[in-house]
Amino acid sequence: MASEKARAGQGDERMAELGFFRRLFRRPEVGALIGAIVVWTFFAVLTPGNWVSITGLARILDSSSTLGIMAVAVALLMIGGEFDLSAGVMTGTTALITGMVGTQLGWSIWVTMLVALIFALIVGYLNGLMLVKTGLPSFIVTLSSFFILRGANVGVTRLVVNQVRVAGIDKVPGFAAARLLFNTEFHLFGAEFRTVTIWWIIITIAASWLLLRTKYGNWIFATGGDADAARSQGVPAQRVKIALFMTTATAAWLVGTMNDVRLRSAVASQGIGNEFIYIIAAAIGGCLLTGGYGSAVGASIGALIFGMVRVGITFAGWDTDWFYAFLGIILLAAVLVNNFTRRRAEAMTVAAVKAQTEGEEAS
Amino acid sequence: MTEPILEVRNITKLFGSVLALSNVSARVYPGEVTCLLGDNGAGKSTLIKILAGVHQQTEGDYFFEGKKVTLNSPREALAMGIATVYQDLAMIPLMPIWRNFFLGAEPEKGWGPLRRFDIDFAKYTVREELGKMGIDIRDPDQPVGTMSGGERQSLAIARAVYFGAKVLILDEPTAALGVRQAGTVLKYIAQAAARNLGVIFITHNPHHAYAVGNRFIILKLGKTLGSWEKAEISREEMIQSMSGAEELEALTYELGEVARRRAQNAT
Repeated sequence: MASEKARAGQGDERMAELGFFRRLFRRPEVGALIGAIVVWTFFAVLTPGNWVSITGLARILDSSSTLGIMAVAVALLMIGGEFDLSAGVMTGTTALITGMVGTQLGWSIWVTMLVALIFALIVGYLNGLMLVKTGLPSFIVTLSSFFILRGANVGVTRLVVNQVRVAGIDKVPGFAAARLLFNTEFHLFGAEFRTVTIWWIIITIAASWLLLRTKYGNWIFATGGDADAARSQGVPAQRVKIALFMTTATAAWLVGTMNDVRLRSAVASQGIGNEFIYIIAAAIGGCLLTGGYGSAVGASIGALIFGMVRVGITFAGWDTDWFYAFLGIILLAAVLVNNFTRRRAEAMTVAAVKAQTEGEEAS
Repeated sequence: MTEPILEVRNITKLFGSVLALSNVSARVYPGEVTCLLGDNGAGKSTLIKILAGVHQQTEGDYFFEGKKVTLNSPREALAMGIATVYQDLAMIPLMPIWRNFFLGAEPEKGWGPLRRFDIDFAKYTVREELGKMGIDIRDPDQPVGTMSGGERQSLAIARAVYFGAKVLILDEPTAALGVRQAGTVLKYIAQAAARNLGVIFITHNPHHAYAVGNRFIILKLGKTLGSWEKAEISREEMIQSMSGAEELEALTYELGEVARRRAQNAT
């Protein structure tokens, strides 16, 4: 901001042409922002009493938080040009590992969490390694790991605990402290919030910082934009991709742990199907499916829209069957708005440049 | 006469049993534009890929700043100060100008976890550096994809110059451009040379070459057809040696026929 002011001070009149709205509309998350406002207003009109209240807000945030954490990690990966279809089932896998190692071996929950984290990192690393070494699309590579994990989740759980649910995680040593850290409730203005929400906000800010303010962010954008060109400039594109897969796996581990301490149990089917919700939230948030463009904040707003719809439908007393129909409409609308604003912002820039060069020719 | 900054002597390159280059020698002087001319298949690409470290010569010697060198990768060439701007430019269209300019060599400030990309410096420097080359960008946040081909070429040249290139290899920078845009790029080529870089300008357009070149090397079918300083050769002679006199005469005749027919149709 300071630099913009400084430049304006230097009297560069051309910067002034880029008005507030043009700058806003050049942001990738503008579609999501409009979508969030529309959805919020929609339910505010429909169910004003519950919706426009601190309790309503708390419900929405609770419903969005874990989704938001995953959407942010998935957005980074998508900007880097890849998908991770194993991200959803990985939340279940890590939850199960922590739960089973803890309940069966009686280890401290911190140790069992570490075991689950190491496992997640290895799977993330292998996803990335397979991708860069074989050149197969991430859709295929991570679809394979999705099926492997999905099968193993049920198979291993049944072998170990003889059913598909791991219960009694709250008896694992250290549980209370872990719950306090990862997913406990706290009261604020008379409503019940959860610490997950704080994690979500911090992770969104950290990811935004990484993406926009560090060289690693530059590398992620470049890797997704054109991996070969990035490599020719000395960006370690392959390592960037592997690191991004390890990031989604780590986020999945965090969410798995959060579910463990909240529910005190883990089921083998946990997280299946959520991988698409993460991708949709990121796409609503302005991430291009082709990579190289997007935003962490946008992905979080995308997750917030999910939370709003989920809670809003309950508040409105509708059948929850409508949830997905509603989401489909929002996804389509948000992506269309994103597309439109991006083209328009680019067209405006081009038009402005042309106007300038023609002016030069005329003079 | 100053020493050449880069010199190759009797370079031969075989791809399997295919002879791509045979006994080619070339010298590049700082502050000069050395043009490498030749038709498609003449061996221009092979030669610049050897100069840029992408390929290694089968025979012959490579000297840089008077010392014999062996380049095993483009990275080594770049580290020595030999920068190559390829036609595809290595720019990311969706990213802003300043992010592209510093890609892979981001300036940083701050400490520990707050260590960050120095964005103000990057934006300022991009405007400054492009300004020095006479390119006026209104907005460093503009995505590179919205720039014209000529602007993008110029940006790539400015980037190589800024990052301390001593030798700049330009692979057909004017090939896909219109007259006006090509003119802009030629201006930046001359400016790069004026900053004492040794510029190697690859083209198959003798008009572009003659406009900025100090020295011309013409390749044909993997061999050096000749090497001239500007004073030693006229543009017409150059065009003739490039295309071969008889071929050119035949072409002139054909074109004359076309023009005659058009004139007849017009009346």
